[in-house]
Amino acid sequence: MAVRVIAMSKISLKVNGSVHEVDVDPSTPLLFVLADELGLRGPKFGCGLAQCGACTVIRRRQAVRSCVMPVSEVGQDEITTLEGLGTPEKPHPIQQAFIDEGAAQCGFCLSGVILTAKAVLDENPHASDEEIREALAGVLCRCFAHVRMLRAIRKYADTRKA
Amino acid sequence: MNRREFLKGSGALVVAFSAASLPSPGALAQGPFDAHPSHIDPAKLDSWIAVGGDGMVTAYTGKCDLGQGMFTAQTQLVAEELCVSLDRVKLIQCDTSVCPDEGTTSGSQSTPTNFNASNLAQAAATAREALMNLAAQRLGESADELAVADGVIRGKSSGQRVTYQELIGSKQFNLQLSATAKRRSPEQWTILGKPIPSLDRAALMTGRFEFVHNVRVPGMLHGRVVRPPSVGATVASVDESSVREIPGLVKIVVRNNFVGVVAEKQAQAIEASRRLKIKWKSGPGLPPQNTFYDSLRKQPSRDVMVVDSKDVEQRLATAHDVLRATYVYPYQMHGSIGTACAVADVRSDGATVWSPTQSVYPTRSIVAKLLGLPLDNVRVIYVRGSGCYGLNGADAVSFDAAILSHAVSKPVRVQLSREDEMAWENFGSACVVDQHAAVDAGKILAWDCEIWMASKGGRPGYDRPGNVITGELLGYEPEPFTPRTAAEPAGELRNRSNAAPSYVLGCIGRNCSGSGTVRSERVLSHSVLSPFFTGPLRSPSRIQNTFAHECFMDELSARANSDPVEFRIRHLRDERLIAVLKSAAEAAKWDKRVSANRSVAKSGVASGRGVACVAYEGDNGYVALISEVTVDLASGRVQPRKFIAALDCGPISNPDGLRNQTEGGILQGMSRALVEEVTWDDQRVTSTDWESYRSLYVGIQVPTVEIVLLNRTGVPATGAGETAITVVAAAIGNAVFDATGARIRQVPFTTKRVQAALAGTGEYQG
Repeated sequence: MAVRVIAMSKISLKVNGSVHEVDVDPSTPLLFVLADELGLRGPKFGCGLAQCGACTVIRRRQAVRSCVMPVSEVGQDEITTLEGLGTPEKPHPIQQAFIDEGAAQCGFCLSGVILTAKAVLDENPHASDEEIREALAGVLCRCFAHVRMLRAIRKYADTRKA
Repeated sequence: MNRREFLKGSGALVVAFSAASLPSPGALAQGPFDAHPSHIDPAKLDSWIAVGGDGMVTAYTGKCDLGQGMFTAQTQLVAEELCVSLDRVKLIQCDTSVCPDEGTTSGSQSTPTNFNASNLAQAAATAREALMNLAAQRLGESADELAVADGVIRGKSSGQRVTYQELIGSKQFNLQLSATAKRRSPEQWTILGKPIPSLDRAALMTGRFEFVHNVRVPGMLHGRVVRPPSVGATVASVDESSVREIPGLVKIVVRNNFVGVVAEKQAQAIEASRRLKIKWKSGPGLPPQNTFYDSLRKQPSRDVMVVDSKDVEQRLATAHDVLRATYVYPYQMHGSIGTACAVADVRSDGATVWSPTQSVYPTRSIVAKLLGLPLDNVRVIYVRGSGCYGLNGADAVSFDAAILSHAVSKPVRVQLSREDEMAWENFGSACVVDQHAAVDAGKILAWDCEIWMASKGGRPGYDRPGNVITGELLGYEPEPFTPRTAAEPAGELRNRSNAAPSYVLGCIGRNCSGSGTVRSERVLSHSVLSPFFTGPLRSPSRIQNTFAHECFMDELSARANSDPVEFRIRHLRDERLIAVLKSAAEAAKWDKRVSANRSVAKSGVASGRGVACVAYEGDNGYVALISEVTVDLASGRVQPRKFIAALDCGPISNPDGLRNQTEGGILQGMSRALVEEVTWDDQRVTSTDWESYRSLYVGIQVPTVEIVLLNRTGVPATGAGETAITVVAAAIGNAVFDATGARIRQVPFTTKRVQAALAGTGEYQG
């Protein structure tokens, strides 16, 4: 294995509407910067392999996996995490739909499910169930709250269209 | 420091209970659960309930929410029994410094324990009764003349009033739990039994909920473990110079075969764990997977004769219509979506561990043992992890964190890598079941069943660290495996592992407690030493046994030319099991006929329906499940279209929570039935990520799920977390048979295996 030189450098990061300066190795996965340096709770480590979606954040309107994205790659792009969408007092409409439907059990997977669904519906508000399913083809929920999750997403999509 | 002061303080404090503050050993009551005496006496009301000066009720419980709604259900229970509104209850779950020892949160036992034993509900009822008596004295009225609503007690005719806080606020009750304190009946319930939205919802959906993964302690470092490259490998040497230049590296920790690293940042710890050069001595190798099931039968085994009417052999030898079949079930994983994580802060005089364990008190004992600390100086605080479904990596990672923190005398957070979690967790057991039965004139004449279940280790309990990987690497032995022949069955059949099919009489001597009617019966179960760690995984042993029993019942039903629902009812005598079968059949508009469907499609897509049912653990919940599936005859792809379940778990605490958990259980059961299987080569587990261990994603074609809840109020509450999942593989397998006429006897039902079954080749394969 090639030995990497790990040097710290100051990186400025736009997350959930504010700018943060962090002093990290630029190859550090974005997830660890969000979770350890900024103390955010939304994105979570599930696999570190971009196979499950628990670390999902939104960048350039796309759902991306922060566990495999070096923080140096983010550049000037704004990052939105699950807590950047809304608050418990004022949840985003898609979060409200998940609250209304009780669409979770342990809830560890929610960044993947909610942000991936939001990104696909932002891209195409008229996305069919099939298209939504396709977008969620790589998102895991091991408690299998699938029935309620898909119901919540459909509900959000319908109210969004209307 | 008393408990109330402590609770106001920071959760990061290390609390050391001095010996003087502990009750004498004789005063410690053994709890009504599988637990050890602790400094919190479960016989005392103050161990469970406290009323603050502001009227807030704090309740302490040793059963924790594993992400399936127990926090909400327990809060409802306390509010209901104490007659206060939900928002006046603050529940403290599983902190060994303040909560009673209730052993492990597992086995669908939390609801029965909360409700039925001398436990949380009885404590709340005792507190209400005590408050009513205090009010009677204060107001000079008889307790019968008083009514209570939301913590305010009023004279029914006098109109006098007094509040809970005025009566007891911030003071101790100094009472024993009263077994006679009257509990509120389900007919009186106003908070329990209602579909209260789970209390964690808004925090979860908006990313605010604190999981154990989010615990951050001042000065905290990050640790990683380096597990062996193969099963049984041992450390020959560690070259610390190989990672010397990694910035932020704090320490390499080697203890026996346990290796770990500690660094300032998570990425640095990962880098160090990857680069650290270790010479390993290979393990003994693993048995080939393709002959593994057959090899299970040839191992020394620990045997239990569950029931034996002694006439089975003779009856089967003389019967005309005899069926034999072998069912096999693979090792499966908990595969929690978040890898296990814990934070430990070990100082010279004590330790605090923030842990997602299901067993805070047992974990406290093991950590004390591993670190050589007095038990009273170790505190374990439960913080929710991702859904565990049983013994996942939670206990092992708590030990990992404790060992690493101990080595650096600073707080250390450890989160396992995906591979470390998957390759070394305690799998659900692989299992082989040989079935042998005869039918005559539409009835089962005799049923003979022999089970081989692979097992090693399990829950560490209070003194067995070697039951999980970390303990073994540290040099502790797992629970010893001692082969023995079966003794004569004695006592009464409890059927806790559902080893006996639901359809046998279950007689031991004159005591017949099975749920069925088949008189000629034999069930022999063998426990075989597993090459991998095993441990409870949602419906442990029950799911394996029930798959074999409920599919074989379907085979018998087909042989007897009977409708599968009717054939089941014909052989049952348990009214509750019969009731769920009838309810499910009615809800599904069950198409009453013999399977397989005579109009079986020869090409294209075939469709069918199947049924399965179980009295979970004999009497801990009842379910019948009907599945409707399609099978692509060319590809062998099985697609469940609809599930209809009928469930009876006694009085229901929260119907919304129950539905949620049951829906999840059914779909998790579908994933386990269709795709989940641990694989290995001659040295190591090869299922180490989500490509090599498959799970159904959120984007699948999700079948419709309908659930009929039978709310029975005149009986004790049972568990519900593992009931529905237990029958899913059988319901799907039976539907595949109905659709195609092909019987599939091996989980998971991969396309390859379905194709082989359709072609009529191969009994089962590795």
